[in-house]
Amino acid sequence: MHEYSLMLALVERVEEEAAARRALAVHRIRVRVGELSGVEPDLMESAFEIVRSGTICAHAALDIERVEARWECPSCGRGVPGGGRLQCATCGAPATLVSGGELLLGQIELEVP
Amino acid sequence: MCETCGCGDPHRVSVDVQEQILSVNDREAGHNREHFASHGVLAINLMGSPGSGKTAVLEATARALGGRARIGAITGDLETERDAERLRAAGIPARAVTTGSACHLDAAMVHRALHHDSLAGATLLFVENVGNLVCPAVYDLGQAFNVVALAVTEGEDKPLKYPVMFRKADLVLVTKTDLLPYLDVNVDFIDDALARVMPRPAVLHLSARSGAGMERWFAWLEGRLSPGGADRAETAAHPHHHD
Repeated sequence: MHEYSLMLALVERVEEEAAARRALAVHRIRVRVGELSGVEPDLMESAFEIVRSGTICAHAALDIERVEARWECPSCGRGVPGGGRLQCATCGAPATLVSGGELLLGQIELEVP
Repeated sequence: MCETCGCGDPHRVSVDVQEQILSVNDREAGHNREHFASHGVLAINLMGSPGSGKTAVLEATARALGGRARIGAITGDLETERDAERLRAAGIPARAVTTGSACHLDAAMVHRALHHDSLAGATLLFVENVGNLVCPAVYDLGQAFNVVALAVTEGEDKPLKYPVMFRKADLVLVTKTDLLPYLDVNVDFIDDALARVMPRPAVLHLSARSGAGMERWFAWLEGRLSPGGADRAETAAHPHHHD
């Protein structure tokens, strides 16, 4: 499961940020996970439990905002519903994924001196 | 007392990062991509389930295009060098990356393999990823194109069950079509499922065993090989040093 290596990358990035600000603790990490990002939020949470121990994130909460997949026609702007063919029903253009692919570190809440 | 603001107590701050969680991998992938571009290497990330026919497609590709492109391969598996051995037997210099328990290749693994001498001179580099329809899709390796092999034996609904992998595919190879007479599988249903997960469905039906449809795959590759690629082959090693 790649959620584990993903959480390692997340904690390393947060540690970097915490060190740069000489933080005493990390209270909260907010991430955005798209429906089509290829990552399972539940597995992400359990991987985070393991990875955070012994780090400055040991007592941090992980807030996962799940983002639904949304497809749109790039030429006429109409929404293209998921589940059906991903080409615009009106003009035939290939749909663009406007949200739902993201795997983002949003904000970190730190305790600083 | 705090040097910055004069307060006496630790306090909470919120830092707005807004960065990809895989930014380190993405940077490494960018480095690989620059290397491929500057050396005229066409890099293809070949993904698919275990047993979808990835290695067989590459063996047939080596036989057909061996004279026209210098092919190299990096193969990812949890254990064994078997795929790399099969490809070497087919005339492709191949470097095996055994990932242990990791379910995918990442950009750093590909980068380390690129330093291997056997891959110097390749103008068409295949990265045969770990057989898996989930995890490899998440990691950019620096490839120019993602190609996904999907065997007809896997059934008609695989694209709908694994949309992330197929969304990232630039081309899907529906493989093992020689087995269709023995299966209750309708390839039209596979194509329809692909059109529901790929905005630009690009699909080729082929059989590495019978050779049916393989010419279209070779033509797809040849259309993407850089015209000067073969001439620049001597410079395609990865000469710089890292700590």
